[in-house]
Amino acid sequence: MNREADLGALRLRAHAFRKTILEMITRAGSGHPGGSLSVIDLLTALYFRHLRHDPGNPAWPDRDRVVLSKGHACPAWYVVLAECGYFDPSHLWTLRQLGSLLQGHPDMTRTPGVEISTGSLGMGLSAASGMALAGKRDGRPYRVFAVLGDGECQEGSVWEAAMFAAHYGLDNLTAIVDRNGLQQTGRTEERLRLDPLADKWRAFNWEVQEIDGHDMGAIVCALEAAATLAGRPHAIVARTVKGKGVSFAEGVAGYHGKALTQDELARALAELDSAARG
Amino acid sequence: MASAPRPNAALKATRDAYGEAIVEVARDNPRIVALTGDLRDSNRLEAFAQEYPDRFFECGIAEQNMIGVAAGLAACGKIPFASSFAAFSPGRCYDQIRVLVAQPGLNVKLVSTHGGLTVGEDGMSAQAVEELAMMRALANMTVIVPADAVETAQAIHAAAEHNGPVYVRLGRSGVPVLFDESYRFSIGAAPLLRDGGDVTLAACGIMVAEALEAARLLEVEGIRARVLNVSTLKPLDEESLLRAARETGAIVTAEEHTVHGGLGGAVCEVVAAGHPVAVERVGIWDRFGESGPPGPLMQAYGLTAEEIAAAARRALRRKRTS
Repeated sequence: MNREADLGALRLRAHAFRKTILEMITRAGSGHPGGSLSVIDLLTALYFRHLRHDPGNPAWPDRDRVVLSKGHACPAWYVVLAECGYFDPSHLWTLRQLGSLLQGHPDMTRTPGVEISTGSLGMGLSAASGMALAGKRDGRPYRVFAVLGDGECQEGSVWEAAMFAAHYGLDNLTAIVDRNGLQQTGRTEERLRLDPLADKWRAFNWEVQEIDGHDMGAIVCALEAAATLAGRPHAIVARTVKGKGVSFAEGVAGYHGKALTQDELARALAELDSAARG
Repeated sequence: MASAPRPNAALKATRDAYGEAIVEVARDNPRIVALTGDLRDSNRLEAFAQEYPDRFFECGIAEQNMIGVAAGLAACGKIPFASSFAAFSPGRCYDQIRVLVAQPGLNVKLVSTHGGLTVGEDGMSAQAVEELAMMRALANMTVIVPADAVETAQAIHAAAEHNGPVYVRLGRSGVPVLFDESYRFSIGAAPLLRDGGDVTLAACGIMVAEALEAARLLEVEGIRARVLNVSTLKPLDEESLLRAARETGAIVTAEEHTVHGGLGGAVCEVVAAGHPVAVERVGIWDRFGESGPPGPLMQAYGLTAEEIAAAARRALRRKRTS
């Protein structure tokens, strides 16, 4: 497949995922659509273009590992994991229900493909660092990807982990920061300023790329570049739009943690289809 | 009954026993790794770091990250022993322990030195007197408070073999070596150290030595005290405690910790639900520690054999009038 066709296929996948994510969350009656839509292009490129894994053998010791530190965006992760074959897609419609395989935040004991439980912000990069360190010590070739929200970078523990990963030269670790600019109650820069965010990662001795997190070509290039780097961990600060693809939710903090109503869902699905056709 | 404890024994800090035991268990098991937050000396991990430099991870003064790293290592098959002062782990990283270790049941061992008042002169910010309650409240967590160096070594071996999260609370200061090598620690058992039918003294950690001394004081008065070493706070040996309630009708708990939620709280829960009898608690009563040498601090806070004996007399009076 040539590169353009490949990127087109990724975009098509992400488009279908957006619709499923919104349907899942509305069916569940609660969840986090905004951050799921901002991160889905990144997860799609990561899983369907880049990751070395075997959904049929989730315990393969040499598999690449993904940690979703912004655990509230798990609907985006679940839809990708189901498509990969980690579990039957019928589970997607049980999201957040009592006894479901798919909890409101990622639970490694329940969901195949979830490498570590998250949900409390600011912890995933530490766990990912531990995985990367184990890989180094055991001489295994796997890579570890930690997907962070930008708001959670307000947690001090993120920077403890950033120091640690750089100190140990964990070049098998890539942090992908979903820089959608919003947190639960407003703009990140108004709640607790993060900028210059990329410079912060540089100052912590990380190699940094800043990209458009909805440009499949840019995401693929950035992930490929991160894989070639030796000696330092790699951060990809991906500028994204919270609620991406749904006009009335884009850039609106109110859709951080609220399911779309049935009416809103119908409008959103129509918009997404119309955008895909156009 | 466990081996007879030796009076007038030599002193050895439980953290020193940890430093030796971790080197031993690591020799047999290559999956074992150790982490510390800039406390390799205080945590007695310098020998481990020397022997296994590739399996020792300095995490700096960043306990939250240390626990997350340990969880990630455990998720990849390692058996991490993560150490700090009890004041900082779990004190500084409780949410990481809860979400990354306890909830998924990962095979992380949290071994904290400097538990309790006997940290001494550093004062209350360094003296964890409530962390056993914190750890006992976590599902999936095993909580161990060894009484002496011999039990500590065995507890470290047991923790390494146990698949799941374990918290081990150790101390800074020298404590009497109570047991000989015939002693057998096992997770979840509260060994009977001394039998008696009048009252039960249930103690953990350094208060076990005080409880044994209290039993000798009571014996002079004709009171026969049973002594249980409740070194596993969770899972609690409910069978031994309920048997003690039935057979002696009065219980005294003794711990270097707040009486709320630690050993005293745990024993009250079990006894109230299973066989209500008088329980008197010796411990710290809703206050923090302060600076001072360990011995005088224990006196000032009532953590002594004399206080345990006085509590036993109170419990006996309640038993007779009930």
